[in-house]
Amino acid sequence: MRAVLSRLAGTLPALAGVVLFTFVLTRVLPGDTAAYFAGPTASADAIEQIRHSLGLDRPLTEQFFGYVAALARGDMGMSLTTGQPVLRDLAARLPASAELTLAGLLLAVGVAVPLGIVAAVRQGSAWDHLCRVVVTAGVSLPVFFTGLLLVYVFYFLLGWAPAPVGRLDAYATAPPTVTGLFLVDAVLARDWDGFRGALAQLVLPACTLGLFALAPIARITRASMLAVLGADFVRTARASGLSTGTVVLRYAFRNALLPVVTTLGMVFSFLLGANVLVEKVFAWPGVGSYAVEALIASDYAPVQGFVLTMAVLYVALNLGIDLLLRALDPRVRTA
Amino acid sequence: MNRRTFLAAAGGVLAARPAAAQAPPTRAETLLIVQEYGPNSLDMQGIGAAQPVNGVSLNCYDRLVRFKRTTLPDGTLSYDLTQLEPELAESWQTASDGMSVTFKLRDAVFHSGRSVTAKDVKWSLDRAVSIGGFATTQMNAGSMEKPEQFVAVDDRTFRIDFLRRDKLLMPNLGVTIPFVFDSELAQKNAAGDPWAKEYLKNNVAGGGAYRVESWKPGNETIYTRFDDWRSGPLPRMRRVIARDIPSPSTRRALIERGDADMSYGLPPKDFKDLADAGKIKVSGVPIPNAIWYVAMNTQVGPFADKRLRQAVAFALPYDKIMQAALFGRGLPMWGAKESPAGEKWPQPYPYATDMDRARKLVAEAGGGFTTNLLFDAGSGTIAEPMSVLVKESLGAIGINVEIQKIPGANFRGELMKKTAPMVINRFGGWLDWPDYFFFWNLHSSNAIFNTSNYQNKDMDKLIDGARFTQDAAEYARDVQGFLAKAMDEVPFIPVCQPLHDVAMQKGIGGYQFWPCREPDFRSLTKA
Repeated sequence: MRAVLSRLAGTLPALAGVVLFTFVLTRVLPGDTAAYFAGPTASADAIEQIRHSLGLDRPLTEQFFGYVAALARGDMGMSLTTGQPVLRDLAARLPASAELTLAGLLLAVGVAVPLGIVAAVRQGSAWDHLCRVVVTAGVSLPVFFTGLLLVYVFYFLLGWAPAPVGRLDAYATAPPTVTGLFLVDAVLARDWDGFRGALAQLVLPACTLGLFALAPIARITRASMLAVLGADFVRTARASGLSTGTVVLRYAFRNALLPVVTTLGMVFSFLLGANVLVEKVFAWPGVGSYAVEALIASDYAPVQGFVLTMAVLYVALNLGIDLLLRALDPRVRTA
Repeated sequence: MNRRTFLAAAGGVLAARPAAAQAPPTRAETLLIVQEYGPNSLDMQGIGAAQPVNGVSLNCYDRLVRFKRTTLPDGTLSYDLTQLEPELAESWQTASDGMSVTFKLRDAVFHSGRSVTAKDVKWSLDRAVSIGGFATTQMNAGSMEKPEQFVAVDDRTFRIDFLRRDKLLMPNLGVTIPFVFDSELAQKNAAGDPWAKEYLKNNVAGGGAYRVESWKPGNETIYTRFDDWRSGPLPRMRRVIARDIPSPSTRRALIERGDADMSYGLPPKDFKDLADAGKIKVSGVPIPNAIWYVAMNTQVGPFADKRLRQAVAFALPYDKIMQAALFGRGLPMWGAKESPAGEKWPQPYPYATDMDRARKLVAEAGGGFTTNLLFDAGSGTIAEPMSVLVKESLGAIGINVEIQKIPGANFRGELMKKTAPMVINRFGGWLDWPDYFFFWNLHSSNAIFNTSNYQNKDMDKLIDGARFTQDAAEYARDVQGFLAKAMDEVPFIPVCQPLHDVAMQKGIGGYQFWPCREPDFRSLTKA
């Protein structure tokens, strides 16, 4: 417990740094929010008026302390692009990103881990080559390309997938919000039509994301398995006459899991913010596209809110992974 | 099946019942529109309201008057700015001295059920001239500047006193700014703010043909018909779903597959493909008072020399730009024989690609140089290929162009600095008069859109003359005067008048084009 607390305390300076850094960064970047939002035919007076009402004409230090004070109250400011409080926007959009990322990641793990194991066990075989091809494809195909390709083939040509209009069909209604994850909420509400609808919308974007996330996971699994398979204790296990299945899964894989789990954590937090292009192609109302649109409009508050949320998530996730590692590997616990 | 036939089929019992008891809207009564991004507020008068907010104003609020509908050759409905029709006002009369106009309001109700009164109209127009930002600028453009001009004579009579005779005042009442709020509802929820900005940003308090059923910024807006709307024939669409689909490829796929009824804002190439394929109806209306242009800084940098500006006007690869950047979705603005042809605007300039003349002009002005060309990354689909073609062509006459792509927020800042030597941009004025366009673009009051930083007292005199004269002959003389001057001095070179394209299914009828360019659900039909 104490270890957890000290780890938490250790993250505080990092978070403070993020707050300061994002504030400075958004102010230093060129771009004039007031001019952008004054709209066409705005006079210089109108722009000044807007600058004043947004508080952008006050000294930077004053703006910063105002920002920190507001943060302490849980107020992340207003987004000018959506016209809503940033906190509400992020709360509405984070579940969408989380659902998509989790689905993509599950898919990727489901394919990548077995593939990595087989590739390592049968090194140099056709499986190994298949693994290499999939990994290379996953890394080299840009996400928006895979996304558009999947839309083109499965929606436009074949008509198997539903229209890529976001999390739900335009005529459907969302299940009552409990977790914000439509699949979970639909199950809780016993709304099986809703579940099917949400799942159908999720398949293509999740595949797109999964293909992208596949590569690092499969490679780490393979590399880590290879290292473990060559270790003394595996040779001993084999020499003791244990079955291949037991050796590979019970002894080797469990030991190879540590780097895989660490990678998973990194891939997840990376995907959560980085799936902007998937969100764009599938009109997925997630946080990535939200932040990018705000950035283009020099809309500071959402960008700061986004970076801060991602930092907090990253910290929480790393903490969770550390705890998971302790459960998986006794050596971490005693070290 | 529309509502009426549906009701008839469902029997007299149902037809006689109030709207609330009706069956939910069927697919045939529901319209699905896909667009790049939706409204960021529900209040078009508010500061920072984005383009799609015009649609909320149009469909959810009423104005006193609207523009008369006209039909274009392809069947699209357009409008005539000089002819007004009643909306909330039943009739109106200009005073004999020509210095005020009095409106009689119709017996209309707000969504709240309360009757519309002159007091609401006054509060709404007071708000528009006082709130600051774009709304106030737009009101000022029609000489509506102070609340004292607006008088609620009695419950159903409303008067506007003129500060000066301005031909833009009446048309300016039909745009999407001077719409009428339910002032009691707004003030009740204002929480101390005299103009209820926060409340109206998130809520519709009006009496237009549609209410906002749900609004998820950045995702979806759903409108439902207000069945008690009295300012026009009851709309056929009972429910309109507007989804924000950021990727243009996805929007195109949706319309081609037939899953969306209407698609806004595709790249010109997609509109051309769709129009050529013929499966989807593409309505392309030349945007009144709008052009794509190349502006040159007339005060600082090399283009202060008129000969160099003319050289560029002779060196632009107009045809190539039209084909490769706009895919033909525009009207050419080059190659005129005489200058200028009448008072029509936009009209072609008397320049065409003539590299020899361009070279000669550059040589006269002292030879080649290196300069910068700016454009807004947000309009990159068109401006980017255009700038590359300009660079290539100017390279051939010894002008080396470095292209700078500026992200949206910074672009306005760059324009305000007035230092950029060359800018590719698009300008469109809501009110379709040449003097209105030239006031914003070339008057030395130097609005942000005077991209070429042009300052010329003679030009000002002609523009101001045309703006405020009551005499037709004088007007024609001044307009032709400033057109001729602009064609000679070329502070900006028009390239084309863009089309406003919308793709829709063949079964969609009644598409109406308005100056604000947002879809008007009130006239749409679905077969």
